[in-house]
Amino acid sequence: MEEISQEFIIELYKHPQNFGTIEDAQYKAQIYNTTCGDAITIFIKVKDGIIEDAKFMGKGCAISQASSSLFTGFLIGKKLDELKNIDKDEVLKLLKIDLSKNPTRMKCALLPLDAMRKALNFE
Amino acid sequence: MDVDKIRKDFPILDNIVYLDSAATSQRPASVIESINKFYKDQNSNVARGLYQLAEEATFEYEQVRKKTSKFISSNENEVIFTKNTTEAINLVMRGYGEKFIKKEDKIVVTMLEHHSNFVPWQELAKRTGAKFEVVGLTPEGNLDEADLVQKLKGANLFAFSAASNVLGTMPDLKRLCKLAKDAGAISLVDAAQYAPSHKISVKEFGCDFLTFSGHKMLSPFGVGVLYGKEELLESMDPFLYGSEMIRTVTSQKSDWNTSPHKFESGTPNVAAVIGLGVALDYLNNLEMENITSYTQSLSAYMYSRLNELDFIHVLGPEKRTGLVSFTIDKVHPHDIAAILNEDKVCVRSGHHCAMPLHEYLGIPASTRASIYFYNKKSEIDQLIVSLEKVKKLFG
Repeated sequence: MEEISQEFIIELYKHPQNFGTIEDAQYKAQIYNTTCGDAITIFIKVKDGIIEDAKFMGKGCAISQASSSLFTGFLIGKKLDELKNIDKDEVLKLLKIDLSKNPTRMKCALLPLDAMRKALNFE
Repeated sequence: MDVDKIRKDFPILDNIVYLDSAATSQRPASVIESINKFYKDQNSNVARGLYQLAEEATFEYEQVRKKTSKFISSNENEVIFTKNTTEAINLVMRGYGEKFIKKEDKIVVTMLEHHSNFVPWQELAKRTGAKFEVVGLTPEGNLDEADLVQKLKGANLFAFSAASNVLGTMPDLKRLCKLAKDAGAISLVDAAQYAPSHKISVKEFGCDFLTFSGHKMLSPFGVGVLYGKEELLESMDPFLYGSEMIRTVTSQKSDWNTSPHKFESGTPNVAAVIGLGVALDYLNNLEMENITSYTQSLSAYMYSRLNELDFIHVLGPEKRTGLVSFTIDKVHPHDIAAILNEDKVCVRSGHHCAMPLHEYLGIPASTRASIYFYNKKSEIDQLIVSLEKVKKLFG
């Protein structure tokens, strides 16, 4: 069975983690996936240079929802200056799936990373 | 129609269930070979060289124009080769729209449109200050008659699709062209989804412009067709300026060639045009009437099989062209397509370049299965089996 049908991905899609908003988040950004029109918004709250909380909102496919769940969880506890060095390999490691031959789905997987970069003005 | 025999011309279909012909059709071996043959034996530029080889290439190229005009019942000089439907519509937007549409004018399109027949008109309205109105739909997905009549009042240009690429809706072409004419509006028919499986007669339709893409009807990528009424084409400005479209050029000024050359500036995709000719031969050989009736019956089968599944929400009316778009509650169209892909079933998912329509329907995206004359009932059955698997996975 291939990537998408993996149980933990579908499980995260049905029951996403870190789903919601953070009222007093210092960083927030919405990002669109132009292929399907999906959008997610990321919220990042920082205290003393450490990511205290990270959440996301929005609708999307199983890959983007699972990726957003895992990625926001991964961010919590990281130092703010560490985030600059996070690249797509980190996201794919979290998802544990091979999307190298699937550029369209890759975009879905990298949606939370792009949102974080936009929120923190990394582009 | 002997589909098993036809499928021998499309070996790519042996290993997949291809249900995405509305995006692009597969090509028969004869079309693929014709491109190879052109580059191998006939390659030279058209309408330029005087040596035998170049004369032959020009002759072949113009033969395809002749064939195309016969295919749509027009005059030869009313057939312009473009890159695709989008370019053909942009040609009309720039060449006709920017010259003749004024601030006090009104441009009308419908909610069924693909972006290629929506965005250029929206942009034209922005550039000219003209009004831009969109005809709404009935709950079934047909054009709202009252809204149509109302919006066409005082319209100067009416652009509409002959078959929707999402809902499959096929409005009454002849009637729409007549309504446009009665309102004093120029009509443009986007036949990209219609031309692959329905007979076209621009004379019978009474349209002013009509466009389609070769690649959805067996041709190579890179060739589309614009039909325009001769007197309109002659009155229009060129779209692209440069070679071929001129009659004379001096260092002070240039004057334009006549149609169709006025609109075919620069070296065209000659091999693709040659391939279009072979594709038209293939379609003519099968006879369009047979293609229409076969695709209609297969489409009706797909529509009824999908409707039998209680977790599937089919979009659009029952009378339709060869495609069905649908949604499944709580399953994203991307995921549907990805799981179907595991069974080698190829369908399209997303907004299908029709974001205003999806917004109107209140859904972000949908999944679309589309057929052509080379598809079989057993492939629809495979689609159903794979969709049941999706339902099981996502529960």
